[in-house]
Amino acid sequence: MKLESMYQEIILDHYRRPHHKGLREPFDAEVHHVNPTCGDEVTLRVRLADGCSENPTVQDVSYDSLGCSISMASVSVMTDLVVGKSLDEATRAYDAFLTLMRTKGDSASVMDEVEDVLEDAVAFEGVSKYPARIKCALLGWMAWKDATARAVTTKEMA
Amino acid sequence: MSSPLDVERVRKDFPVLERVVHDDKPLVYLDSAATSQKPRQVLDAIDDYYCLHNSNVHRGIHTLAEEATALYEGARDKVAGFINAADRSEVVFTKNSTEALNLAANVIAWAESPLGLRDGDEVVITEMEHHSNIVPWQMVTRRTGATLSWFGITDDGRLDLSDIDRVITERTKVVSFVLVSNILGTVNPAEQIVRRAREVGALVVVDASQAAPHLPLDVQALGADLVAFTGHKMCGPTGIGVLWGRRDLLEELPPFMGGGEMIEMVTMGSSTYADLPHKFEAGTPPIAQAVGLGAAVDYLSALGMDKVAEHEHMITAYALDRLQAVDGLRVIGPRTAQDRGAAISFVLGDLHPHDVGQVLDELGIAVRVGHHCARPVCQRFGVPATTRASFYLYSTTAEVDALVDGLEHVKRFFGAPGGRP
Ligand SMILES: Cc1ncc(COP(=O)(O)O)c(C=O)c1O
Repeated sequence: MKLESMYQEIILDHYRRPHHKGLREPFDAEVHHVNPTCGDEVTLRVRLADGCSENPTVQDVSYDSLGCSISMASVSVMTDLVVGKSLDEATRAYDAFLTLMRTKGDSASVMDEVEDVLEDAVAFEGVSKYPARIKCALLGWMAWKDATARAVTTKEMA
Repeated sequence: MSSPLDVERVRKDFPVLERVVHDDKPLVYLDSAATSQKPRQVLDAIDDYYCLHNSNVHRGIHTLAEEATALYEGARDKVAGFINAADRSEVVFTKNSTEALNLAANVIAWAESPLGLRDGDEVVITEMEHHSNIVPWQMVTRRTGATLSWFGITDDGRLDLSDIDRVITERTKVVSFVLVSNILGTVNPAEQIVRRAREVGALVVVDASQAAPHLPLDVQALGADLVAFTGHKMCGPTGIGVLWGRRDLLEELPPFMGGGEMIEMVTMGSSTYADLPHKFEAGTPPIAQAVGLGAAVDYLSALGMDKVAEHEHMITAYALDRLQAVDGLRVIGPRTAQDRGAAISFVLGDLHPHDVGQVLDELGIAVRVGHHCARPVCQRFGVPATTRASFYLYSTTAEVDALVDGLEHVKRFFGAPGGRP
């Protein structure tokens, strides 16, 4: 069944037992993103390491979310990929995930390029076949990108 | 349970119902509240129009122009008959319900005293409106300084009219409400609302988008001033809707859009406007779509709207029984078929409707998931979204059974019975 290509076990596992869930202190920026078509919502906080590095470590990403299995699992998988990484590495994962979501199901063409960076997140390749669900998979990533941009600005101003 | 319709014969009129999806699954189409399927008779009428009669209306003297005009105006006659309008000129063609409601809100707001909206006036709507009967009123009240208030919803999905005399007041200029809710399925007590609106001299606007396709609609008996509905939910094509209005009111209201067709005489300084209904139909109208809608109301009338309503009532009662026996399923809306249309919203345990809809789709079952353009209703019931199954004249009890089996499959797919996986 095609459906299993979207709802892979890894995704259902993250849905049932999300990682890094809950809103934590301290944080540098908090955002609230919604997917107006299905009512998925995420509130997400980013904490970057102190110091004046151009490429700070993503110290924590915490979140509270409400939504379908794809959006909940995606934000959970994302936190695994960005927490503890440098901002550059995390941004590479973000770019790779976007690339994967834009393949319209033809993930083979980009797999070499994204596989190493994305780890568990390659399981979302099946989602790229379902146009209506791509936004669900991207919700957490977009929130992270937005919160991180704000966190960087906050740090620069401090 | 027996239906007054020969549903198997009805289904043969709808080519798309023969379709299979996902390789080999027969389509179970339970999304008619979003848009209905179209019978062959409507498709043929549109095809005929384009193949044989296509022309612009009203302006030509050649044969095709006359035929196109006769077909377009003939569709107006059919619609007028379908809703028992007192006069054919009370039927204004629009793009859809949304345009009809925006037209209504704007021309009321623009009208001269005593009709128009001013600072301190009130507009009353309800919490169960479709966004298309909320946002236009938000826009015109903000612009004019009028205030917007609304009736709430009871726990069982009915309008809370307990304080009707305090919500509709002497300052109320307009009361606008949905006759049948697209998300809850509720059929609202129009008579009570119209009576109170009349007491205070308010205009009454009715969103009949989910009523016209499913119940006999008699605009004179309804007693409203303006009534909106949309063709694509009643076997017609997209791109055509209707605003019916009382003739004397429409005459007093200013035009909505300016352009060709809606004028009587234009000089560079000013213009005078055409008679009803053309005053409200600027530009080339949706001609083929109107012809299609005419064929759709012919189709519905031939079946008999009372029979359509009875069939749907039977399906709805059956579906409510079967769905509420599914462990973990909660109906959002009235739990009995009394005063209820054929749209049933529900939540299944903690499963997100998006996931429910996706797995059902894999089985060939088309339902709608989301807030159904009625987000305040979801908020009222504390759910982010619902799954909605909606039925029509071609729906069968076997399709209800397929849905119920599908929901059991959904629960197995995600793990646990009735709850969080
Ligand atoms: C109750 C109700 N009102 C208004 C509308 C808007 O109809 P349309 O999108 O055709 O303008 C709908 C359809 O979605 C509806 O169900």
